[in-house]
Amino acid sequence: MRIFKIIPVLALILFTSSNNADAQCKAFARKVCLPELGAFTHDGNYHAAVLVEGEEAELYKTFYSDMDYKVAICGEEKLPDIEFTVLDASKNVLYSNKDANYAKTWEFRLESSQQLKLLIKVNSFNKPGDAPSSGCVSIMFGFKINK
Amino acid sequence: MVLLFAGLLTGCKSGGKKAVNEEVTMAFPKDTAAFENIKKAEKIFNALPSPLESAMLIKSTGAKFDKTLLNPITNANSYVTNKSMALNLGIYTCDLSFASLYEQTQLIIDYMNAAKKMADGLGILKAIDQPTIDKLEENINNSQVIMDIVSETFMNSNSYLEENGQPAMATIVLLGGWFEGLYISTQLIDMKDFNGNKLVGRIIDQKLSIDILLNLLESSKGDTSVDELIIQVKRLNLIFDKISISTSKVRPEYDTKSNTTVLKSQVKTNMTPEVFKELASTVAEIRSTFIK
Repeated sequence: MRIFKIIPVLALILFTSSNNADAQCKAFARKVCLPELGAFTHDGNYHAAVLVEGEEAELYKTFYSDMDYKVAICGEEKLPDIEFTVLDASKNVLYSNKDANYAKTWEFRLESSQQLKLLIKVNSFNKPGDAPSSGCVSIMFGFKINK
Repeated sequence: MVLLFAGLLTGCKSGGKKAVNEEVTMAFPKDTAAFENIKKAEKIFNALPSPLESAMLIKSTGAKFDKTLLNPITNANSYVTNKSMALNLGIYTCDLSFASLYEQTQLIIDYMNAAKKMADGLGILKAIDQPTIDKLEENINNSQVIMDIVSETFMNSNSYLEENGQPAMATIVLLGGWFEGLYISTQLIDMKDFNGNKLVGRIIDQKLSIDILLNLLESSKGDTSVDELIIQVKRLNLIFDKISISTSKVRPEYDTKSNTTVLKSQVKTNMTPEVFKELASTVAEIRSTFIK
């Protein structure tokens, strides 16, 4: 019966630590990632998650013609480089920040509106025996009208 | 059991979908699952255009501002359920964005207050506080500051709901904003000016986001409020299915002058006036259930 007393306590701890990690992520997104958008207007959407070394995330979004976009993908300092790749609907790679020394940002515009996929991967430090590091990864989009 | 519970918690946060293999065609795929995944990603984000982006898309076509299309702020008192407040937080934020881009100073303050009322009702602490309203009033003639405030308040609301175990409500807010943008766009079309109208092109573009919206809703399936919305959005999807979009291969080219990558491609679209009328009337009908 003791298990029934322990479970709610552990559940509360898990829930609290999960919420703390999320709140930490929001602060990170605001303080570190948002300024990376520079002169672009942040669209107001929030995309962030705690990821572990080697983990991947995907994002699907429609981008419109006649708009200039800037994407900023930022990871906490304790994480290795964040790799991101942009693909079209036919899985063609349109951009990889690996070719740009793992740049955090990418500016682009489209001749015709498209739904694109962003594949985000936290690289690995490759240190066997060490506990994999984890941290917040935030994805933000800024836009401006292409004049 | 603890592990099971932990799994449930992270599962709820991810709001993800399982990767499904599907054949990809050169034309735009019907489902994002058409992106074949070799490895299942730990986290999947489905990003709808934000209310600010939707309003910007409308303005970029040269469309005129029409105050009568906005949801009257007097309706704000009648929203008492979480679903109606979440929907109308998105709707009022889109109206606010629309008013901001067209520099409608009094409407900006009115609609910020209406959005605040919805956020307060949902228990979203400090999303839109008094200092934010004061800052808005002080900078009422500075459109960039206004846009930054709208963007920040929307992010506050959205992140709060995500962080506090209410992803379904966060999705409903996004849906409300997207729907309002679509409603305003369809209402602004004059049938005499249908062919070659840039705004019609923007409406067609929304077909590209409807599967993202459905995936977002599906990740909260089982929530009664969301289940009702899935039925309404699927109805809309049937009309979007009558619109065709065909895109050529995308070629990235780097423009050294602007330090920007240009994704070059050609697109062919087709939406008949009849399909547009059906779309516009269905959007108006569904939107009327959101704002009543």
